[in-house]
Amino acid sequence: MNNTLEVKNLCKKYPAFELKSISFDVPKGYISGFIGPNGAGKTTTLKSILGIINVEDSAVNLCGNNICDIGVVMDTPFYPDEWTVAETGAALAPFYIGWNVSEYNKYVEKFNLDKKKKVKDLSRGMKVKLQLAAALSHNAKLLILDEPTSGLDPVAREEVCDILQEFISDGEKSVLFSTHITADLEKIADFIVFIVNGEIIYSGTKDRFVEKYRRIAGQTIDENLTPHTIGRRKHGTGFEAMINSADMAKFSGFSIEPVSIDEIIIFINRESGVANNE
Amino acid sequence: MKIILSNRSGEPLYEQIKEQIKDAIFSGELAQDDMLPSVRGLAKDLKISVITTARAYSDLEAEGLVASVQGKGCYVLPRNKELARENALSKVEEGLCSAIDAAKQGGITREEIFETLTLLLKEEKL
Repeated sequence: MNNTLEVKNLCKKYPAFELKSISFDVPKGYISGFIGPNGAGKTTTLKSILGIINVEDSAVNLCGNNICDIGVVMDTPFYPDEWTVAETGAALAPFYIGWNVSEYNKYVEKFNLDKKKKVKDLSRGMKVKLQLAAALSHNAKLLILDEPTSGLDPVAREEVCDILQEFISDGEKSVLFSTHITADLEKIADFIVFIVNGEIIYSGTKDRFVEKYRRIAGQTIDENLTPHTIGRRKHGTGFEAMINSADMAKFSGFSIEPVSIDEIIIFINRESGVANNE
Repeated sequence: MKIILSNRSGEPLYEQIKEQIKDAIFSGELAQDDMLPSVRGLAKDLKISVITTARAYSDLEAEGLVASVQGKGCYVLPRNKELARENALSKVEEGLCSAIDAAKQGGITREEIFETLTLLLKEEKL
């Protein structure tokens, strides 16, 4: 498959935290969701890709694109607090070859951003939209977004998801976005990159990721079956756990259901250790 | 053609799309040579992933209901009467199986099942 971004054996060591030889691809024309618990290394990875954090050159391959071809939305904008929305556009323009003033104005209007408002006076949602307007105004081939939907209300989240789908609709552009609001991903993401504790646990299509596991529940469980469960939890009236879909036949007596991305994260987090040898 | 997705049915989204397009083809709502919406267009409309939509289309293609032309999209193949019949038959079977299950659970006898079925068929004039 054609890729827009390839990350290969990305390592970064901090005193208390380490990215352990991370590898994954962002396929061209699709939305990739980057998920994992807080502190798993999502932002560090994204910053490494963007060159904000120093890593070995060979670890990040932009597949023929330039760093200017990436549109970026971070947790908090890099723009000075005192800039107005209009000034931000004007100040960013010289840095991008493909900057399109009318495109920027179009998005500013579409997002109901007040041109005279200062960055510091914008709400969290408005700050995301301001960055998004900038990211979409220089003919980017890849959007990298760090938690773009956190802190947004459901209406704004839906808007952001719409924009991302619109962005990839010609099949030429790609999106990589980290989030812990997995409901957004559940629908629009084509690929999932799942990181836990600085290690990639899964990288591939979302459908396969969700198909891979099932949730089981019952009253009691045989001891010889427990090694096949992930993140088992006992409660007053029974237990619940996750299993590999491949093991379904072993659990024929239990109620078996599909799992959501959220549940996968929770079960694997509860079990951490078992997940690593998959 | 309308496609309505349910988040609660437990049935995978690509399966839901496939079944609904299939129904539209078998009912004649989609005729031979009709174009299906583009994969990316439909994904955007339904707010679901491109891959999920593409999977529904490739399943339909594998079942011989549609064909895709590179760069143009998917169009409906001539309706295969035998296939439509087979599809209907498997739905009948499915329905009867769940009727039998319910009968077993409720202690309904064989005779009572036949009786009910005959009555229902008479009402429908089948």
